[in-house]
Amino acid sequence: MSLVIESVAKRFDRFPALKGVSLTAPKGCFMALLGPSGSGKTTLLRILGGLEFADVGHIAFDDLDWLALPARDRRAGFVFQQYALFRHMTVANNIAFGLNVRPRKTRPTRAEISRRVEELLALVQLDGLGKRYPSQLSGGQRQRVALARALAIEPRMLLLDEPFGALDAKVRKDLRHWLRSLHERLGLTTLFVTHDQEEALELADLVAIMNHGQIEQIASPAELRASPATPFVADFLGQGTGGPGIVPIRASSKPYPAPRSEVAHAVR
Amino acid sequence: MKAIPILRPRAPTDDHPLVKITLSAITIGFIALFLFMPLLTVFAEALAKGWAMAEDALVEPDAFAAIRLTLITAAIAVPLNMIFGLAASWAIAKFDFWGKNLLITLIDIPFSVSPVVSGLVFVLIFGLQGWLGQWLRDNDIKIVFALPGIVLATIFVTFPFVARELIPLMTDQGRDEEEAAVSLGASGWSTFFRVTLPNIKWALLYGVLLCNARAMGEFGAVSVVSGHIRGLTNTMPLHVEVLYNDYQYVGAFAVASVLALLALVTLVLKSVLEWRFADEIAAGHRH
Repeated sequence: MSLVIESVAKRFDRFPALKGVSLTAPKGCFMALLGPSGSGKTTLLRILGGLEFADVGHIAFDDLDWLALPARDRRAGFVFQQYALFRHMTVANNIAFGLNVRPRKTRPTRAEISRRVEELLALVQLDGLGKRYPSQLSGGQRQRVALARALAIEPRMLLLDEPFGALDAKVRKDLRHWLRSLHERLGLTTLFVTHDQEEALELADLVAIMNHGQIEQIASPAELRASPATPFVADFLGQGTGGPGIVPIRASSKPYPAPRSEVAHAVR
Repeated sequence: MKAIPILRPRAPTDDHPLVKITLSAITIGFIALFLFMPLLTVFAEALAKGWAMAEDALVEPDAFAAIRLTLITAAIAVPLNMIFGLAASWAIAKFDFWGKNLLITLIDIPFSVSPVVSGLVFVLIFGLQGWLGQWLRDNDIKIVFALPGIVLATIFVTFPFVARELIPLMTDQGRDEEEAAVSLGASGWSTFFRVTLPNIKWALLYGVLLCNARAMGEFGAVSVVSGHIRGLTNTMPLHVEVLYNDYQYVGAFAVASVLALLALVTLVLKSVLEWRFADEIAAGHRH
């Protein structure tokens, strides 16, 4: 009972975005897809969400042939980088969208839908903002509306594309902790894409480091710090952890320098 | 100590007052000369011999037939162009395909080609001496010098209006919201009616209004395919010309007034909508 991705490949015209990616994510885990831009991490996420089609490969989730399901039947809660909120709808209608478009037989009653919306608004700490429009919200608030909208469909998994990419540093830190605690409460299998190694190492149970359409290493943050499998991993993780030149090549010699985030916490 | 005179400095973007006045005067003068004067003349000429004469000119059978034909033509051409325009802008804005730029250029052809040429094309295809002429005659189908030809020419000339309005907006909005809708379980129709259409409704309405104004006012292309049969294939603009050439100035200007009024109504409608829904229109662009 987990997410199993087997040799998924995808090319755009002549550019190979994914060159045969395989990974296994245990159910309920919080996994980061980390890599520089163009490494194929967003493509992999979009394939999981059904917004892009794999050329070859197989994905199984919960005994489901995942790629055979059309996007609208996957119930993959996708949170877009720019949130993609429906700009002409109130926050409440945005969140209720996934319920409102269900076929009549499976659609909850109107009262049930509005009850669920209230619940979700409370969950993402936006009580009382249901009547606002997305343009009247701050970036962090929009982000949480997008999350509530994705959670409304009772998703099988949660897919987050650069969830903090469009936010400023302060909001980013707060939301990060909040998201982690939310994950612990909901227990949904969650994959998120990021190019920020600090974010990935701090948040995720497992980090898949991607480069040029391939996975370089999948490991827990502690393992990654202790023993990067390839020079690329060591180099990529090194960037954010210290100044240039203190990237240890010998994996076992010294423990990795503390990531900046921990320093930041100490200061705060 | 000598007092230093305080000169209030002009903001760097502030022009000299003289420049402001000159520019405003030129603009107002231009509008008055080229827009208001002709419009006033049209109404003044129509009413030169009193209301009664103008009214008679409008209810006279040939004029009435022309008004009817114009309305029918617009009623067919505008909805069709709304659908064509939507489909074209959808394809261009939301999909990537080979030959997309060529398609964008093709959409502009009716704007760049002289309307007379547009009309001639249809005569060459459907006319008696045209490619399909013999076949059409054998099957007793009349296209040129009849309603179908007039509708075809009108559709051709007014095709770009809706698409031109929608393509930039839809390209700007991208396909994120549609993708979000699908990932939340919406069907294609649901996505279109709940997400896409509400996001473009004002631009669509504006495009339809412009399309309608042109459909009713088109002269050149329609003139070529119509055959100018009084009471049968004369639209309003053609009727105006016929009357004018017959020295029936009151009649010509009376019908022209109706056309001008339609244009004014279109403009007022558009302004009212823009004013009434300013917030929503602003929200329709990227936030």
